[in-house]
Amino acid sequence: MSKAVLMQGNEAAVEGAIAAGMRFFAGYPITPSTEIAEQSALRLPQVGGHFLQMEDELASIAAVLGASAAGVKAMTATSGPGFSLMQENIGYGVMAEIPCVIVDVQRAGPSTGLPTSPSQGDYMQARWGTHGDHPVIALSPSSVRETYTLIIRAFNLAEKYRTPVIFLMDEIVGHMREGVELPRESELIINHRKMSFHDGANKQCYFVPEGEYVPAMKPFGQGERYNITGLAHDSSGFPTNSTEIAGKLFTRLLDKVEKNVNDIVRIEEYAMDDAETAIVCFGGTTRAVMSAILEARAQGKKVGMFRPITVWPFPEQQLRARLPQLKNILMVEHNHGQMLLEVQRTVGGALPVDFLGRIDGTVISPADILAKLNEMEENCHAQ
Amino acid sequence: MSKRYEMRFAGSGGQGVILASVIMAEAAVIEGLRTVQSQAYGPEARGGVSKAETVLSRDAIWYSKVTKPNFLLALTQASLDTYSKTLAEGAVVMIDDSLSLPAGLDPKQVIAAPILRSAREKVGKAFTANIVAVGAINAALGIFSDEVLLEAVKRHIPAGTEEINKKALACGKELISAEQAAAFAQTIE
Repeated sequence: MSKAVLMQGNEAAVEGAIAAGMRFFAGYPITPSTEIAEQSALRLPQVGGHFLQMEDELASIAAVLGASAAGVKAMTATSGPGFSLMQENIGYGVMAEIPCVIVDVQRAGPSTGLPTSPSQGDYMQARWGTHGDHPVIALSPSSVRETYTLIIRAFNLAEKYRTPVIFLMDEIVGHMREGVELPRESELIINHRKMSFHDGANKQCYFVPEGEYVPAMKPFGQGERYNITGLAHDSSGFPTNSTEIAGKLFTRLLDKVEKNVNDIVRIEEYAMDDAETAIVCFGGTTRAVMSAILEARAQGKKVGMFRPITVWPFPEQQLRARLPQLKNILMVEHNHGQMLLEVQRTVGGALPVDFLGRIDGTVISPADILAKLNEMEENCHAQ
Repeated sequence: MSKRYEMRFAGSGGQGVILASVIMAEAAVIEGLRTVQSQAYGPEARGGVSKAETVLSRDAIWYSKVTKPNFLLALTQASLDTYSKTLAEGAVVMIDDSLSLPAGLDPKQVIAAPILRSAREKVGKAFTANIVAVGAINAALGIFSDEVLLEAVKRHIPAGTEEINKKALACGKELISAEQAAAFAQTIE
C-alpha cells in the first residue's frame, strides 16, 4: 500500500495551517472555500484550538485580528464576496501589524457571480482591495501538496513580517483531490513572531531598532497594556498627527516587504533553459499550462513555464532576467488580464506579450493553449 | 509517457456521483496510481446536473479536468444526452437501464444496468445507488481488486453503514456478467 492519502486542496489548506501552528479560525462558510471552515471546525478542537463561525465576513476578519493580537496564529477563509467585505480590516491588520492568513478561494464573476466555477479574478483585489499605499504578500498554490507546504510559508511570512498574508487559491485547486505524500513534521520549517514581554518598554510597543523593519510583538492582554489603532501612530501605539512620524511609518510598512523581496518572492520555472517563448501562469491554471508545454515540447517548440508562486510582490527581477533569451511571452490566466498588467509593466515593451484568458467560469484547456501558441507562431512568420 | 484514463460520473445532484468519483480516486491512491479528482455542480444542494471526474495514470497528471472520457457513468437522461457527445474513441458507457440510448451512441459500448432499481429493491435503500454503481463499474472495468475497492468505500462512508454498503457493492458486482467483464476490462498503462 502507498503512503499517499487522497486529499482535497481545501483540506490541505487546513492541515498545512495546523502544521504551521494555526490554533484559531473564524469564518463564514462560502463556496468554493466552505470545506476549509468545515475541516477547521473538525480539526481545531482536536489540537486544542478554537473554531468560531461568525455572523459574516466583517466579523470573521475582526475576530482573526483579535486572536492574533492576543498571540495565537489565526486564519480565515472566504471567496470573492467575503473577500470584498474583509478589505477594511485587512488594511487595519497591515497598519496595526497583526500577522494572519486570509484564504481567498476565488470564484467567477463580480458580486456573487458563479459560486462553483473557477476564476482568478481577485488577483488585483488581493493587491489593491484595501485602500491606501500598503504592502501585500500573496501566495498562490497549484497543487494539493503545494497548498499544504505553501500555506505554512504564508504563516511564516505573516509572522516574520507582522502583516496579513493573502493565500490566493482558486476553485480548480481548492476542490481538486489528489493523492499526496505530505512532508514529515521534522522536514517543516515553522517561524514564530518575535515577541517582547515585560521589557519595561510598554510605551514603545511599536519600537523598531535601527536597521530593522519589524517591531517585536507583545501579546495583547498579557501583562503590559498598550494601544492598537488603525490611525497613524508613533512607537507607543497612540495616534499622531505628525506628518513626519506618519510618513516614516507608512514608508517602513512598505519597506518591510519591498526591502525583503528576495526573501519573500518564490517562482517555479519549467523548461526555461532554452525557451524562446515563456508562458506565465499561476495557481490552478498551471495544470493546463504544464500539459500544453509537454505537448509543445514533443512537437519541438521551445516553450517554457514561468510561474510566480509569490504572486505579490510580482517577481519582476526574475522575469526580467529571462527577457534576453525570449522572443515572446504568453500570459495565461482565468480572468480578463490582471497579472498580464504586471507582466507588461515588467517587460516594458521589450517583447510582444500575448494573452489567453477566460471569464465564463469554464476552464482553459491544454488544447486552447496549444492553439494560441500556433497562432502566435503564425503571426511571428507573417511579420 | 503513460496514458491518462479519464472517467466521468454524471447524474443529478444528490445521487452521489461525486462520492462515486472520489471512491474511484481513493482506490487509485490505495493501489499506488496517480489520480486527480474534481467535480462541477450548480449552486443547488439537490437536483441540477452534477458531474464528477477522476483521472488515473501511472505518471504525473497535470491538467486536472476530463476532456474526452474513456469511461462515462450516466444516471439521468439529461446527463447521458449531454455527456455522450464528448467521448474518447472506444469509451465504455454505463447507464441506468431506465434511460434510452441517444442516437450516435453505439450500443456495443454501452452497459445498461438496473442500478437505481437494484439499490431500491435489492439493497433496500435508494441512496446506495452510487455504491451499487461503483461495484458495477469495477466489475466491468476490473481496474481494482475487490479488497482495494472495499477499503476505498470504507474510507468514505459513515461508521455503522459498512454492512449496507458492502451489500450495495456486491449487488453492483452481480449486475455485470462474465462476458461483459471480459469485453470491457481496462488496464492503466
